[in-house]
Amino acid sequence: MSGASAWQLAPLWTDYLLWLLVLAVALTIAYVRRQPHLRAPWRQVGRSGTGMVAALVLMAYVGIGLLDSVHLTSDRGAVVSVLDLCLSDLRDRTETTYSAPLATHSASLESMTDKDGNTVRAAPRLRYGGAHLGAPAQQRNADLRDRALLGIAKAVALWLAIAVVMLIWRRRLGSDGFPMRRVLGTLLVMALMIGVLREWADGYHVFGTDKVGQDVLYLSLKSVRTGLMIGLLTTLVMLPLAMVLGIAAGYFRGWVDDLIQYLYTTLSSIPSVLLIAAAVLMMQVTMSNHPEWFDSLESRADLRLLFLCVILGVTSWTGLCRLLRAETLKLREADYVEAARAAGVGPLRILSRHIAPNVMHIVLIQVTLDFSALVLAEAVLSYVGVGVDPSTPSWGNMINAARLELAREPVVWWSLSAAFAFMFTLVLAANLFADQVREAFDPRRRA
Amino acid sequence: MGAYLIRRLLYAIPILIGVNLLTFALFFLVNSPDDMARAHLGNKRVTAEAVEAWKRERGYNRPLLYNAGRDGIERVTDTLFFTKSIRLFVFDFGQADSGRAIADDIRQRAPPSLALAVPTFVIGLLLNVTLALGIVLFRASVLDWLGQIGLVALMSVSSLFYIIAGQYLFGKLMRLAPISGYVDGWEAWRFLVLPIAVGVIAGIGAGVRWYRSLFLEEIGKDYVRTARAKGLGEAQVLVGHVLRNALIPILTGAVVLLPLLFLGSLIMESFFGIPGLGSYTIEGIQAQDFAIVRAMVFLGAVLYILGLLLTDIAYTLVDPRVRL
Repeated sequence: MSGASAWQLAPLWTDYLLWLLVLAVALTIAYVRRQPHLRAPWRQVGRSGTGMVAALVLMAYVGIGLLDSVHLTSDRGAVVSVLDLCLSDLRDRTETTYSAPLATHSASLESMTDKDGNTVRAAPRLRYGGAHLGAPAQQRNADLRDRALLGIAKAVALWLAIAVVMLIWRRRLGSDGFPMRRVLGTLLVMALMIGVLREWADGYHVFGTDKVGQDVLYLSLKSVRTGLMIGLLTTLVMLPLAMVLGIAAGYFRGWVDDLIQYLYTTLSSIPSVLLIAAAVLMMQVTMSNHPEWFDSLESRADLRLLFLCVILGVTSWTGLCRLLRAETLKLREADYVEAARAAGVGPLRILSRHIAPNVMHIVLIQVTLDFSALVLAEAVLSYVGVGVDPSTPSWGNMINAARLELAREPVVWWSLSAAFAFMFTLVLAANLFADQVREAFDPRRRA
Repeated sequence: MGAYLIRRLLYAIPILIGVNLLTFALFFLVNSPDDMARAHLGNKRVTAEAVEAWKRERGYNRPLLYNAGRDGIERVTDTLFFTKSIRLFVFDFGQADSGRAIADDIRQRAPPSLALAVPTFVIGLLLNVTLALGIVLFRASVLDWLGQIGLVALMSVSSLFYIIAGQYLFGKLMRLAPISGYVDGWEAWRFLVLPIAVGVIAGIGAGVRWYRSLFLEEIGKDYVRTARAKGLGEAQVLVGHVLRNALIPILTGAVVLLPLLFLGSLIMESFFGIPGLGSYTIEGIQAQDFAIVRAMVFLGAVLYILGLLLTDIAYTLVDPRVRL
């Protein structure tokens, strides 16, 4: 993979933060495993078929996002991610302009000279898409079928191996209601899709190419990281603010409560799109006045993504803060908190050991709900012009670039459809998972 | 009740002051007017004269808080804080970069926004409540299960998709409605049908789910059991008792949104070419017209606070238990 040049790690700021988040999640899981009362609701999530199918899809997205978050630099100076290296074929095979999915010819006509020396308007052959075919019109469908069959065969073989391992593992540990059949079914569907896509992508542009000839499948996969970043890093910014302020307001009451309430009422009284737009405009001004902060275009785009997450976090903590304050108001009167106070436990210890763990279900439910909203918001913000950097691959940018092309003849629909489909799958999985989490953790639903 | 409302009204004042200070900090302290001028003019080779001219044109050539070069009251009034922020309280929004008065623009562009937002809101509310009631009527059946899956799916679709698909399907392929545009007067309905339909459909997923959970919460209460014990049918229980009681959270939840309808919808208006306040805001953002964005931020906050006040009033009117 490395070729002649030596690769070195070159992490971006958002990479650090994402991996920090992964570490935090891993620590949380290790902690939860040792707490029976926390393990029980997660067991319930683990037993639900929908929840596990959604979790598998989410894990696939997170896997792509994490691969795309290990950035390397070669001695030639280019910064690429591990995902780029895996997809280097897709990345490098750029055409000149639009071409339809699985096409062998460009989607736009060019003037060409035919055999007899006449100038005709015709669609030229693609440089890479189906370039291995001698007579594309006759051979393409057969070639696609053969590739699909090969892909299916490979996928089934891989799936069988996984299935055997999982079944042995279940025999050893006992199943405990784990929805094995649904999980294996989902894995089979995913393996088949990946298998066929892989074989096709080897010789064609499966989702076509965009205006500058970039492979749409590659762009869609690269956008996964941006979507996850917006959904996850925002949480990282929002959580400490909402938790510290919300719990403090509910526990200490008095002027602390008044001040925090005033703060979040003021912030939430500005419609969020407007506040985000204003903040992003100001960020753009600051960034354009400080070109010395960035040593490359990548780091500039990356910082813009980071700032956007910070802005989204600062504007969106108010809802969770309000919920946490209300819950803490209830909890501080609870018997066990009174008992702790009577036993002389200090406020900091009460907050961290008695209150914070008992509001975690609210935090979890809110975070899972926010995630899908944020992924959807990214597209709207990019359309408004206050989203991620135009050079950052994102579904919002793809939609924005492609939406005017629906007026063309023939209609260029593939880039839009690919972006919407990738976004829809992620958001749907997140929503379904969030529902299961709420089902398991919300005490009101535990009737 | 009067005293209560006056107290709420007084509570709104510090919040407005907070919003005002926040916008001032955001627009003038994070970046100095010089920075904004340079960013606006393009960073390369900007002369000091060009920056000065840019600031003079927009009235930014004043000190932030205290003007030592003036006498008397003008030391305080001839400052950025006074001319740009305090004046917002009397809805003096100043001029946009185009030279037009922002207040005039807002007055002109509010009616199209309302013409789109009000029908979308009312039809959406009625449709969502009806659908939710229907799903609750068939709860714990296959229909409920299908409905829930459908709602999650609808909710997971990007709003941009609804717009683009609607325009393509009904505007381009079926030619039922113009894709975008607007005329004043009653003829506008032609241009409004499609965006209203798209807006209503885009809201179904989240809306029906929300009302469904409201109804389900009510259905577990004692009065419902009493109604059933009286021998009422399920439909009668739902419409006569559950809906009536759930109307309180539904209506109060709707009231808080009413004033915000003025602002219109950013993406709907800009996709469908409706010259309302939403597209005005987008134009302002895309042209980096800070005066417009500042004005809309403040106006949005005022309308939201108005919505909170109306909610308080609505509560005292609808729910006899709330008499403060």
